[in-house]
Amino acid sequence: MILKYSIQRLLMIIPVSLAISVVIFLIVHLLPGDPIDNLIRVGSSPEDRIALTAKYGLDQPLITQYFLWIGQIMTGDFGQAIVLRRPVADLIAQNLPYSLQLGGLAFLFSSIVGIILGTVAWASRNTWGEQLVKGFILLGSTVPGFWLALLMILLFAVNLGWFPVSGARDWTALVLPVLTIGFGGIALVARVTRVALLDVGKQDFITLLHAKGLSRTAILFKHLIPHALLPVVTILALRIGWILGGAVTVEFVFGRPGLGSLLIRALGQRDYPVVQGSLLMLALAVMIGTLIGDIAQAAMDPRIREATK
Amino acid sequence: MSMLRVEDLGVSISTISPLSGVSFDLERGEIIGIVGESGSGKSLTAMSVMGLLPLIGGQVDHGKIEFDGIELTGISENEYRKLRGGRIGLITQNPMTSLDPLKKIGPQVDDVSRLHLDHDKSQAKARTIELLGDLRIPEPASIYHLYPHQMSGGMKQRIVIAMALAADPDLLIADEPTTALDVTVQAQIIRLLGDLVKQRNLSLVLITHDMSVVAQTCDKVMVMYAGTAIERGRVQDIFKSPRHPYTKALIGCIPHGLSKTVRLKGIEGTVPGVAQYPAGCRFHPRCGLAEDICKETVPAFDTAGSRAAACHFALGTAQ
Repeated sequence: MILKYSIQRLLMIIPVSLAISVVIFLIVHLLPGDPIDNLIRVGSSPEDRIALTAKYGLDQPLITQYFLWIGQIMTGDFGQAIVLRRPVADLIAQNLPYSLQLGGLAFLFSSIVGIILGTVAWASRNTWGEQLVKGFILLGSTVPGFWLALLMILLFAVNLGWFPVSGARDWTALVLPVLTIGFGGIALVARVTRVALLDVGKQDFITLLHAKGLSRTAILFKHLIPHALLPVVTILALRIGWILGGAVTVEFVFGRPGLGSLLIRALGQRDYPVVQGSLLMLALAVMIGTLIGDIAQAAMDPRIREATK
Repeated sequence: MSMLRVEDLGVSISTISPLSGVSFDLERGEIIGIVGESGSGKSLTAMSVMGLLPLIGGQVDHGKIEFDGIELTGISENEYRKLRGGRIGLITQNPMTSLDPLKKIGPQVDDVSRLHLDHDKSQAKARTIELLGDLRIPEPASIYHLYPHQMSGGMKQRIVIAMALAADPDLLIADEPTTALDVTVQAQIIRLLGDLVKQRNLSLVLITHDMSVVAQTCDKVMVMYAGTAIERGRVQDIFKSPRHPYTKALIGCIPHGLSKTVRLKGIEGTVPGVAQYPAGCRFHPRCGLAEDICKETVPAFDTAGSRAAACHFALGTAQ
């Protein structure tokens, strides 16, 4: 049943991606300026510009350009970067592992610590422990990533010298960026976990579980946490896409390569194929993240399984 | 020895005291009805006996709760856990929200016998299926594998009852077990509870706001108002000659037959909230018999004896 649902949802990605590709293409091409501005040498004649524009097919009607591009994508060809003069697929393949590494670790770190912290906050409700975690949650959700990144560099890289200031040489270079991105994530996950636990704790069936004679620990792990994880899974799924592309400021401060950095550079140069290609990849990541979240929820909640039959 | 004896029970939640002066006792095989309007303290009484007040931040303030000779107000959480579900079963008000929606109903019932009777998985399952059959649930073996959302309200309430019975308890506490159900199902559940008490020689505390249910099923009754007990006695005595004006008014609220000429009586005013409990007798602002003494002095409520009424002008007694 879950398998059938998963396949249905997976197939849905195709039409949605097509619709997104139109939006991406239009937005990119409607931006003022074009890649030729970045390509052309100072002092070139208007004829040179026309020739270059024609060379990359940018003189053709938008609709023709779109179909040429999407046709290429269908055959697995992301095209050639205009300014960077390399296959877009290569550029993405080069940058994606860095994003996956950073994003994946930050995701795991923030999910696990966030759920634990949220549970601790709930378990210590009405004590100073709760206030402490609530303070951390407030801090984590308001401190901007780039600022925290600078602070971490100052303390752990410059003053203490424990980790490199920037780059992506080995695992030590991952610690500070993971902590930076994870910090905000922990706050978010802890907040949702805590509120969900408070919410479930008020339900009648929890009273009845106590009335059955179950211990508090058994009730927490067998009943409260599975319920509290439902909303947590939803926000975690939404974060998968964000963490891959949205970590761009943190990537920038730490001088790391990644999909976000690639996108920003290509956007500045109006390198259409690169921008389009990486945006499409990010859109795909968001869709797959949502899909995984929905399947996980269906696996956890029989009521959702019923509704998807 | 009484199965359950509550003496001058009082409950506090932080600085307020929403319950005080509750006394009753219950023998094996008996049913006591606890009646009153919403907010009168019926559920708090149930929570006190179950030892679940900490869940809502409350505690027993004064008085005694004696279950089968064991004083419950002083025992540890671990000892209490053995009684809960083991010797005292709870049936809650709303079957729609009383079962964990993520778990199959069978294993939810199994928990109880595994916990209190040391049954292993297959023993517990066999017992659950047998119990579901006893409770007149059709095809118990396939019902076992359903999730709560796949069942009707009446069926779910039977599952809740099965959970309460799974460890062969001595005492059942049913907190408005039929309020959330259809009228036709209400009658079935009440009859089922009555039969169970007879078959298994149980004691039952039946909390309800329906005087007619009390009249049909209970041996004893305690009437509550604004967080305190105001009258107690055997059902036939209370219905024949209620002593407290509030009890009398409650009985007057029961609809009789189909006669069109009689307008149903109500009671003027509403139950005051915990913060607005009046001094003296808490019923005096709504009472037709109230005099000055009622505004100043709290009427006494006997903690012992089979009959008591907390009224300065108790009806039908020599003054």
